[in-house]
Amino acid sequence: MTVEELRERVDGFPTRRIHGYRVRAGRPFPYGAHRVPGGITFSVYSDRATAMSLVLFERGAKEPTAELPFPPEFRVGSVYAMTVFGLDAENLEYGFRADGPFDPAAGDRFDASKVLSDPYARLVSGRDVWGAEPDWDDVYPYRARIPDDDFDWGDDTSPSIPTEDLVIYETHVRGFTRHPSSGVSAPGTYAGLREKIPYLRELGVNCVELLPVFEFDELDNPRTDPRTGERLHNYWGYNTVSFFAPKAGYAATGRFGMQADEFKSLVRELHRAGIEIVLDVVFNHTAEGNEQGPTISFRGLDNATYYMLTPRGEYYNFSGTGNTVNCNHPVVRDFVLSCLRYWVSEYHIDGFRFDLAAILDRAPDGTPLPNPPLLEQLAYDPVLRHTKLIAEAWDAAGLYQVGHFPNYGRWSEWNGQFRDTVRRFVKGDAGLVGELATRMAGSPDLYQGRTSSASVNFVTAHDGFTLNDLVSYNGKHNEANGENNNDGADDNHSWNCGEEGPSASAHVRELRTRQMKNMLTILLTSQGVPMLLAGDEAGRTQLGNNNTYCQDNELSWFDWGLVDGPTAERELLDFTRALIAFRHAHPVLRSADHPIGADRVGSGYPDISWHGVRAWSPDWSDHSRTLALMRCGRHAKDGTVRDDHVYIAVNAHWEGHDLELPHLPPGDAWHLFADTTMTAARPLGAETPLEHPGRYHLGPHSAVVLVGRAADPR
Amino acid sequence: MSFDIRLRINERIAVIELTGELDAAAAGRFHDTVDEAATAGAIELVIHAAHLSYLSSAGLRSLVFARQKMGDEVRIAVVGAPEPVARTIRLAGFDHSISLVDA
Repeated sequence: MTVEELRERVDGFPTRRIHGYRVRAGRPFPYGAHRVPGGITFSVYSDRATAMSLVLFERGAKEPTAELPFPPEFRVGSVYAMTVFGLDAENLEYGFRADGPFDPAAGDRFDASKVLSDPYARLVSGRDVWGAEPDWDDVYPYRARIPDDDFDWGDDTSPSIPTEDLVIYETHVRGFTRHPSSGVSAPGTYAGLREKIPYLRELGVNCVELLPVFEFDELDNPRTDPRTGERLHNYWGYNTVSFFAPKAGYAATGRFGMQADEFKSLVRELHRAGIEIVLDVVFNHTAEGNEQGPTISFRGLDNATYYMLTPRGEYYNFSGTGNTVNCNHPVVRDFVLSCLRYWVSEYHIDGFRFDLAAILDRAPDGTPLPNPPLLEQLAYDPVLRHTKLIAEAWDAAGLYQVGHFPNYGRWSEWNGQFRDTVRRFVKGDAGLVGELATRMAGSPDLYQGRTSSASVNFVTAHDGFTLNDLVSYNGKHNEANGENNNDGADDNHSWNCGEEGPSASAHVRELRTRQMKNMLTILLTSQGVPMLLAGDEAGRTQLGNNNTYCQDNELSWFDWGLVDGPTAERELLDFTRALIAFRHAHPVLRSADHPIGADRVGSGYPDISWHGVRAWSPDWSDHSRTLALMRCGRHAKDGTVRDDHVYIAVNAHWEGHDLELPHLPPGDAWHLFADTTMTAARPLGAETPLEHPGRYHLGPHSAVVLVGRAADPR
Repeated sequence: MSFDIRLRINERIAVIELTGELDAAAAGRFHDTVDEAATAGAIELVIHAAHLSYLSSAGLRSLVFARQKMGDEVRIAVVGAPEPVARTIRLAGFDHSISLVDA
């Protein structure tokens, strides 16, 4: 059927007028607002409303142009649907007004004085330019709009990288290029990030994970910096206003309502560069907060459906932010599923990281479910079938599920135990050699029966110290956050290497660089999926602030001077690049199955073997701070490809040790790839043969990576 | 200011001259003109934009429409777009679909 024929369909004609607008009953699905021939269909769900109307605004107008009540016959079940003809979609903003009981004890909080944002709005205006002062008296601050879905994707497809082959780079759209040193044409935007793709390629990461990009209000933070009086922001964005809408303030073209196009262009260009994109999504709570919070959308449409409520109708607060989304309610499950499907199909997103994901397995009364329907549904959904699903497997109310998050063979987890073990080991805590070995082998104790891609390994993330601060501060320094340094985590497992904060001592600075390289070495040679925090590769500092959620300034922004300015941390950057390249070049580090310490391919070597000062004799005792391991290359990718032997030794001891190296097959010899006491790693394929073929001196607080390959140069 | 559009086709090169405000209301005429050029079998589409005083997002989207209507093998060039318009085209990533050419 051609478009012309479609225009002639019977349902393309209005059946009546309401306030002069030509309308007819709409179709209940899909929810939200969608173009149909000649008009726009609006559909919204509310189980307990007694009346619903569609509120229409001209773009930016203070007062509505019209308010069209849904006639009773335009309601199917609890869904109100209406087609309105002759609207100019480009200049339209719309919302809903729901009337119904205000009876909190029964779960109802209807408020007919509010214009409510459409939960399914795919474009939202109101915060179009980051940080711009809005009209605080606006009767409708977050306005639903209707996008065009005509983006030119060309032949874009997902790079479809196996999860275990990913190197994830966690970053913030604004923070990545907002710093004046970034040199991009539109700093702090999707377009700015797009301009930095060559840097990401050169670094070698193949997956970018973005802090929340669903529309949020950066101005919803009431605090100020007590020292400067400046406004603090909601910089990270973990407070979603609208789940289907990309953040307009992250788009240079947001003022023209073109944020969807700009974001899609970013995705398309990342894919062209072979880089996947994962979104950090926050389904555990919304920006409506508790009883005192604003009524934006869900609360006014169907409070008891969307939120977990106590028997007295109060908000459960498993998220630590005031409310908890009722994720396993059938209607909300449908909402979450539709949302994720939309981002995968419309924006070509490759994966999601779920903030406080343990909440997603709680029942409406908060009880953890053994078989949570939402998680199961996401795991088996046809559209999401190849989408990466990553859980932050805990919540703010003590539900800690690292290692036992309901996974259906699909979910990966942020491995918080990897983070803590590596930090504690490298700073020199005793009694951790055994646990470090387990973490470097992909944490089979936590993920038995699952592949090693279940473990997303990281040492730092947006929440906490940067890598540089981890070796520069013993304690957090969050005074700028306006809470007397009471916010942020206290258990950082950090060590300042002798001085708190910036140091003029060459010794301290050299030790810090070495410690950073030690942690990067462990991270990038461990089995599992490594994740780097953006800027750590260049020694980015937040001056000891481990909770910069509110800091929209140089504390959070990536200073590109660290990459190519006079203060560049070239040594660390080059080392990180080399390690990432090494990981990509050595599939033996990226097998899907966990190693078992036995020879599975007849190579004469176990897939993984453990060593100490003496070969084959690891020291597991409590006072030991040295561990070495060897990966047998014949076991690479579970024996399907051939690789070199790789030997990794880490020493958290303040004294060096002479290591006896394990023998290699005849004809092979150990070659040095990297030693963190040296400035640079060797180029791939040009690793240098050892002076003594069977021994290596491992310096204090250092790590070494050797490659066992043919003795003759290849 | 009103909108004016003119099409001429020479040896399968279609040239569209735009004048005035290309907003949502005018986008329909632009689409019809692109249709006409496509039907005539143009292998190249040159859009002169130097005399555009305003280009709304619906107008910008018309460029995407042109790309999808003409097919990948047809080169589409926008000539002389005022700098704010050109910048918006670049930031939104539309320059992937069309070539921006200085006048």
